[in-house]
Amino acid sequence: MKLKLHVWRQKDKAAQGRMVTYDAENISPHMSFLEMLDVVNEGLITTGEDPIAFEHDCREGICGSCGVMVNGVAHGPQDATTTCQLHMRSFQDGEELYIEPWRAKGFPVLRDLVVDRSAFDRIIQAGGFISVNTGSAQDANAIPIRKAEADEAFNAAACIGCGACVAACKNASAMLFVSAKVGQLSLLPQGQPERQDRALNMVAAMQQEGFGNCTNQYECEAVCPKQISSDYIARLNREFIKATLTYPDAKK
Amino acid sequence: MSWLNHAVKNPIGAKAIMAVTGMMLTGFLVAHLSGNLLIFAGPQAINAYAEGLHKFPAVLWVARGGLLAAFVAHLYFAAYVTLGNRAARPQPYAFNNTVQATWASRHMVLTGLVMLAFIIFHLAHFTWRVTDPEIRAMGEFDVYQMAIHGFRQPAVAGSYLIAMAAIGLHLSHGIASIFQTLGLNHPRYNRSVRFVGPLLGVGIALLFASIPLSIYLGLVN
Repeated sequence: MKLKLHVWRQKDKAAQGRMVTYDAENISPHMSFLEMLDVVNEGLITTGEDPIAFEHDCREGICGSCGVMVNGVAHGPQDATTTCQLHMRSFQDGEELYIEPWRAKGFPVLRDLVVDRSAFDRIIQAGGFISVNTGSAQDANAIPIRKAEADEAFNAAACIGCGACVAACKNASAMLFVSAKVGQLSLLPQGQPERQDRALNMVAAMQQEGFGNCTNQYECEAVCPKQISSDYIARLNREFIKATLTYPDAKK
Repeated sequence: MSWLNHAVKNPIGAKAIMAVTGMMLTGFLVAHLSGNLLIFAGPQAINAYAEGLHKFPAVLWVARGGLLAAFVAHLYFAAYVTLGNRAARPQPYAFNNTVQATWASRHMVLTGLVMLAFIIFHLAHFTWRVTDPEIRAMGEFDVYQMAIHGFRQPAVAGSYLIAMAAIGLHLSHGIASIFQTLGLNHPRYNRSVRFVGPLLGVGIALLFASIPLSIYLGLVN
């Protein structure tokens, strides 16, 4: 396969970036998207140019590191697939591809296609943590959980924090990510003691990181590689509104 | 009052206020529409309705005050949310794409501004009666004559129809959004909400549009 690539190149966080055009030749349709970029990078290295920087780790769709915009769609054209699991057979020979990093104020570009997603870590931290030694974990089956709730919590827990929801959202909102985290823990007994604090604090952290607001367009769920439903956003809205109206610590 | 500020000046609180005020404004539209449709019942019916509305000035002014408050709050938080959203993506994509967001959902600001312009014109046209000296000369409650005279003019009827298209689009995204934003969802009725919301929005707009359209076409004399 032969492809024409328009790739965002940016030297570092402070530098001005721009789209640069490359020809990708000798691409096998069985290659993954990242392997295709590897081939292009080998060519760039032999001609003495800087290779295109992109983030990747497991390359099996579970770590959430990879992720680029391909023709304006987060993780490319295939549903429920991370960029690393996307194969070149999803494209036509001779196709022109625009490859860009996630764009959001909360995700500053570090270099080329790599963005800083540590805003997600700070949102997670705002959700609370255990700082006391509580001994070893109790037996997993000691706390009964209904199957329906366990399934629903698990569907939210499938979030790998890749940031595609933010990238796809017209408002660069992180609502799907936050809703998956708040939703998961609000459904399980272990999450009950800090349930209200978690909803309030994670939303506040999301706002502080400069992410936008949800306008119910559902672009996020369409690109989510783990197919997390926008129903979790409604659940987060409910959790947040309930927590705001009934927060026990009235001084706050 | 700082707790209130805290409760609404955030991504979800602001949207919740927009949802509640949007629901109030939609309720007003339904009431306004049901009154307006009396035009098809003839001059006496609609004129008596218009006069009846003014029988209890206290009630009328409380309703107007509530409506204005909902309207201002809806606009204020729309601006708050929109400005926040613009700031959240300083660098746009070179290749813009949309997977499933509807046209209506992506143009809420545009359709909202068209509605704002229309509401000002509509009030000036029929309530303050300052746009047309002939309407000014008519009795305050001769709604029937005002409508017939107004909508016989192509420019007026046309601008009303454009505004109704904007209302239909705005509501087709807005009504279903109320449920999502307030967290009122359940697998049992989610699909109905996403289906009935747009249907209701377009239905309201079409029924409103039927009035200038049928007058312009001479179906109502």
